[in-house]
Amino acid sequence: MEDLTLLLGFAGIFAFSAPLIFAVVGETLIERAGIVNLAVNGTILLTAMAGFAVAARTGSLVLGFLVGALIGAAVAWLIAFSSITLKQSQVAIGFVLTLLTRDLAYFLGNPYMGLAGPRLPSWHFPLLKDVPFLGILFFQHDWMTYLSYLVIFLGWWWIFHTRPGLILQGIGERPAAAYARGTDVNRLRYLYSVVGGALIGLAGPTYSLSVKAGWKGTISGLDGLGWIALSITIFGGWNPLQAAFGVYLFGFLQWLGLVLQPRLPGIPSQVLQVAPFPLMILTLLLVNIGNAEWVERTLAALPDRWRHFLKRLLRALRANPPASLGVPFEPE
Amino acid sequence: MKREQIGLSLGLRLLAILLALLFTVMVLLLSGAPPLEAFRQIVLGAFGSYKRFTDVLVSWVPLLLVSSGLLITFTAGVGDIGIEGQITLGAIATTWALRLLQDSTLPPALSLLLATLAGMLGGAIWALLAGALKTFGGVNEIFGGLGLNFVATALTLWLIFGPWKRPGIGSMSGTEPFPQALWLPVLPGLRLSLWALVPGLLAWGMVFLLLSNTYFGLRLKAVGKNLRAAYLLGVPTWQHMMLAFLLCGALGGLAGSFQVTAVYHRLIPAISSGYGYLGLLVAMLVNFQTLWVAPVAFFFAALNLGSIQLPIVLKLDSSLSGVIQGVLVLFVLLLDGVRRRMERG
Repeated sequence: MEDLTLLLGFAGIFAFSAPLIFAVVGETLIERAGIVNLAVNGTILLTAMAGFAVAARTGSLVLGFLVGALIGAAVAWLIAFSSITLKQSQVAIGFVLTLLTRDLAYFLGNPYMGLAGPRLPSWHFPLLKDVPFLGILFFQHDWMTYLSYLVIFLGWWWIFHTRPGLILQGIGERPAAAYARGTDVNRLRYLYSVVGGALIGLAGPTYSLSVKAGWKGTISGLDGLGWIALSITIFGGWNPLQAAFGVYLFGFLQWLGLVLQPRLPGIPSQVLQVAPFPLMILTLLLVNIGNAEWVERTLAALPDRWRHFLKRLLRALRANPPASLGVPFEPE
Repeated sequence: MKREQIGLSLGLRLLAILLALLFTVMVLLLSGAPPLEAFRQIVLGAFGSYKRFTDVLVSWVPLLLVSSGLLITFTAGVGDIGIEGQITLGAIATTWALRLLQDSTLPPALSLLLATLAGMLGGAIWALLAGALKTFGGVNEIFGGLGLNFVATALTLWLIFGPWKRPGIGSMSGTEPFPQALWLPVLPGLRLSLWALVPGLLAWGMVFLLLSNTYFGLRLKAVGKNLRAAYLLGVPTWQHMMLAFLLCGALGGLAGSFQVTAVYHRLIPAISSGYGYLGLLVAMLVNFQTLWVAPVAFFFAALNLGSIQLPIVLKLDSSLSGVIQGVLVLFVLLLDGVRRRMERG
């Protein structure tokens, strides 16, 4: 009995992580193309609210998810437009948009606060659901969870094992070279922004129509998750498989926090809720510090044995962003 | 030519305001609210009486401090996203100092002064942390700063529900209020304290002088425009970067300190009240022109105060002010891009 509870807890991590998977893979696609979409946090809030509102009004879940994807794509398009066509700072626009979409979500979502609405029914995968152990773990969820598995593998396969994926890597690494070979760099950057944005836009409704059903305004507990998604994108080394590992690890740690909380009465719940953020800083520090100049200088002064070990460790941890991430490309 | 450019730039600003208004009207219509009535309530809420006008000034102070501080880091080429946490740490440090000093025999004025300095120090330390993460750890200032913001919030909640909880049980209403002797004096019958307003204005003026009239400001600009070139020309770059963070954090801390000593007289969970993020919008909007900080911050403060009326009168969420502020900055940035595109031809 105890075992089954534990297994169900683990299984919950996969369902609960589905929204972050969409956001992280979407952001990975966009950043692979060389653009940073900083508006993830607000996009998740706005699409969660809008997806829920539309589904509650029309009774159609499909429409809810569709509206989410559309909003996500529109926000990402706006960032691409202002950075590619208007040559404005993508970071500034992304930051403004993340605040704006958040406030829009709270303002427009006011009438839908705490309303009862539709929720995606669970749908157990035929045959696979009965596989011992794995069945409960992976295949007794709902459609969005299965879609999240698919998105991980499709994203990974697309980036690393197809010809368009190779071109995608090219426009993020060396856009000038890709352009010389006849690739319309900026058109593809628009395209991946919109596709990735639509994926990010699925994250919100997946919360509000499935794993955290409903809209509760500022206490929905969704604020901040977008920033987590952005840092997992870095942690994942712009690789959907590694990023998915990061998302599940994050989900596991959150679950652990919930399980352990009753045993740690001294720590108020608010503190555990923000525990991911120091973790995020620490992770980013670990994957970035190898790039710092003073670290190299310090390492050079160490005895050989230590130096080799530390160098290898830092290199293994190091994040290697697409070389032209955030750098606008201007065809001559 | 030059005059044409100024005209174009001014025209585009006006267009941005118009578009922002139009967008807001559409949002209001979408939510089924009467737009004109909503705007009227905002104006009434901000300027309907002398008391309300002084309340706008009360929230103008932190915004002025924070935006001025942010202009220093903007000049150095980084946005200090962690400002929200620096305000919070300023408030925490001030509360800590006042708790220590309230039972001492020191004159209240001295206690308040020490607590204010502690607040500035608290903000500065939190900013140095974000600055060090960026300068020495390679952590992007956005993630480092945001992470520290969330940590600061957690720290506040922990203090309020833990070590500093009210006698009996801790609650969201904050810590036990300080005795009235430790409040900054306010104007009779109002919430406005000149002891906060004047330092706010002074800080703004000093930042203006610092950035426009000193060698330090010039070098900071060099760091912001081209870090590598500045380094090669012998400007100590990381020192300037850290100093910019430190000054910004100290001003943020001062804002948080005033939130405790002049406004709430205790530590509350949302002590930073979003002034940090709002200050970032102000700093983006003024585009390095320090003089504009005061009027823009005043306008934003008026929007904030005015929209408090909305839930009471119209059953609308007060986040409408955030929508107006955000969409205004968005259109200004977009139209700025359009202008540059036109200039390139």
